[in-house]
Amino acid sequence: MTGPDSFRSLFFEEAEDLLGTLSDEVARLKGGDRDSEIVHSIFRAVHSIKGGAGAFALDRLVGFAHRFETVLDAVRSDQLPLTAELLRIVERSVDHLSVLVEAARNDRDTDTTLTDAAVAVLNGCLDAIGQDKAPADVLQPEAAPAFTFTPLALNLDPIEVEPTRTVTIRFRPYPGLYDNGHEPTLLIAHLAELGTLQTELDLSALPDWSSPDITEPAFAWVIRMATNAKREAIEEIFEFVAGLCDLSIEEEHDIPAMPDLPSPSPMSQDESTPATAPFVMTETTPASATDGLGPRPTLRVDLDRIERLFNAVGELIINQSMIAQRVDDLQMHHDTDMSSHVESYRLLARDIQEAVMAIRAQPVKPLFQRMSRIVREAAEGTGKQAQLVMLGESTEVDKTVVERLADPLTHMVRNSVDHGLESPERRLAAGKDPVGTIWLSAAHRSGSVIITIRDDGAGLDREKVLRVAVTKGLVPAGTELSEAEIDNLIFQPGFSTASATSLLSGRGVGLDVVRTAVQALGGRVNITSRPGKGTEFTITLPLTLAVLDGMLISVGGTSMIVPIAAVLETIRPLPGDVEQIGPDERLLSIRGRYVPIIDLAETLGFPRAEADDPAMLLLLVETEARGTCALLVDRVHDQRQVVIKGLEGNYGQVTGVSAATVLGDGQIALILDPDGIAAQSHPIPSQTSGQRVAALP
Amino acid sequence: MMEPQNMQDPASPSGEIELVVFCSGEQSFSLDIRHVREIRGQSAVTPLPHAPEEVLGVMNLRGAVIPVFDLSSCFGLGPTVPDQRNVIMIAMNDARTIGLLVQSVSEIVSIPHSSIQDAPTVVGGPGQSHISGLVQLAEGMSRVIDLPDLIQRRIPVPA
Repeated sequence: MTGPDSFRSLFFEEAEDLLGTLSDEVARLKGGDRDSEIVHSIFRAVHSIKGGAGAFALDRLVGFAHRFETVLDAVRSDQLPLTAELLRIVERSVDHLSVLVEAARNDRDTDTTLTDAAVAVLNGCLDAIGQDKAPADVLQPEAAPAFTFTPLALNLDPIEVEPTRTVTIRFRPYPGLYDNGHEPTLLIAHLAELGTLQTELDLSALPDWSSPDITEPAFAWVIRMATNAKREAIEEIFEFVAGLCDLSIEEEHDIPAMPDLPSPSPMSQDESTPATAPFVMTETTPASATDGLGPRPTLRVDLDRIERLFNAVGELIINQSMIAQRVDDLQMHHDTDMSSHVESYRLLARDIQEAVMAIRAQPVKPLFQRMSRIVREAAEGTGKQAQLVMLGESTEVDKTVVERLADPLTHMVRNSVDHGLESPERRLAAGKDPVGTIWLSAAHRSGSVIITIRDDGAGLDREKVLRVAVTKGLVPAGTELSEAEIDNLIFQPGFSTASATSLLSGRGVGLDVVRTAVQALGGRVNITSRPGKGTEFTITLPLTLAVLDGMLISVGGTSMIVPIAAVLETIRPLPGDVEQIGPDERLLSIRGRYVPIIDLAETLGFPRAEADDPAMLLLLVETEARGTCALLVDRVHDQRQVVIKGLEGNYGQVTGVSAATVLGDGQIALILDPDGIAAQSHPIPSQTSGQRVAALP
Repeated sequence: MMEPQNMQDPASPSGEIELVVFCSGEQSFSLDIRHVREIRGQSAVTPLPHAPEEVLGVMNLRGAVIPVFDLSSCFGLGPTVPDQRNVIMIAMNDARTIGLLVQSVSEIVSIPHSSIQDAPTVVGGPGQSHISGLVQLAEGMSRVIDLPDLIQRRIPVPA
């Protein structure tokens, strides 16, 4: 692990952080903040990158960083006024710096002409002060109210100046709040003094009235507040009930709403899933608290160590459920010490699990920041004007998910600029701002991560989409499709609307690649579009790749897990719904369609439990190989979260099985891979499947 | 993991070697004790689809999913007859851990390394592979198992 290689990778890791800082600081400058510390911070970051790059003889990077640094130095010593034009140059230079760092990291060469051009621009700035040192220069007369860098800049609080914004407050009192004599209505009345409220009472925690012991307070409130008040002022109201309630204060940035779109911004749907609301709160509160506070102290840890901890916690969870099951089996009296200890053990185990998962979790911010560069590049390449608005970038997602999302997201963002947004002329003609906007947002919702990419462009041209699909033979001519079905055609392999192929996204990679990549992460992607208003892509991903929502079934006396994501429905068909085709193939007739029935026991080579049970139990699953299939199973038990255990470590891959898990009784259950099953049940003549079947006793 | 690095290195020719001696398919086998992590009573095993006869399935070893082989089947001696004395030997080579179902474990012997004879080239089926040598014990001859070879041949190559 040590040696030049590890130092090198350390440098790139640090460079990545520094580039993140650079984007942040430039964004602050663009937002109008003129604190002189920002320029210093930018200078330091560029300087650090230059220093590190020098140690690894990355000459081009050093050369460029040096030039950039010189310009920044001139800015911080007040020789160069920070005009809008210069700010743009700084922004471009940061972009170029990231390109160079990335190229150096992958040992790739970059286009020297680009670097030369970028250096030339920087030189241009320096020439300007070389020739005449007067602050009003040729570069940009527009920003002439020249800036002097007083350390006590007055414009320190841009939030204050902003127009009214919406703050969403979620408030769920604990029993202690009432015990201490606090009164929620008084708190809400206080809030009302700060702005206009829209209060919603959340009764979801209300127990059944027949339940004998109502001891827990069941009320919670969701308060939407239009206000100018500072966050601190709102927090102050809740100061005395801190720790006595779940409280989250979310500030919604001032986004022009797209009222016609059916799916509103992710956050506003949270109340539909109150069960997970506390989880969402714990996520958002510390996250928003860190905003603007700069980087927190961090510790770099070897991934292997975390992996080990992760495995141990998986064990702990399984062990806990085993113990709980045992204690349950003992049928002890309910209020013995034992059961309360078991309950605390359960809570503790979940806490540890969440904490460990949080270690692997990373904010999507660096990923999103990269996208702002993509938007700029894409806009430049297509002659469009675009800005990127990021929301919820402190949302945390599993590290692997963040890494593997980079490519699909890049593709989709490019796509949004290239195909989504119209040209400035057309936008003006349609009465829109010539600068198109792409919104990129991330949020947690009921155990999933939702990432949306939305544009305010023209929306999908459904006629054209359908026409292209027909031309490409994806759908037969004359097919009647619903709007949503047409929209989803763009995810079909081989589909590309690039009638006028553009350099950018029309490079043969379709959105089907995006869909495949997202599905590989256990997620799904959807599209909604409104003509003239824009298009929104929604990516839904699991929070982690280490646990899975599964359905426990049994087949041939063996318990197995089917991933919930693959299951469409469970069916007990009537005898007339099953048709025999050929000697051993059966079809299920469902809502006018025929789907093949796959006998799971037979496909897996397990003994059949009961000979032709008339009451068949079928699991409808979606597979890539054969479309919708019906899996014949013996029993469906329940749904549960399982910890995924790989089979590859000690054994090898098994067709039709993706992994395994340990059940509460310590038994191992295999996690089925419906795709593998479907492919296997219809064996495509291949050497392996042939041999395996032949080897059966 | 803190397993010794030089597990499959044979001890120096002059040195002693400790062998776990056990019975499988009515024949005596032995395995270098450094490969053996523990010996457990027979516990439930989850069958794998389309697994060859000698692969009984997978079991849970403190959270790790490990395959269990019927040693008797591995040597072409037919499946192990269920018995109270059956045990699963947890064996390890490099990073791989497997379980071996054996008929019964008899003893642990310490013998000079030099007393292990090379296995003669016998005409034979699957029984001949996975044997690194023969050793003469008080009860008779015992076959010393070549665990790395057994693992290598019995486990499908990971994709």
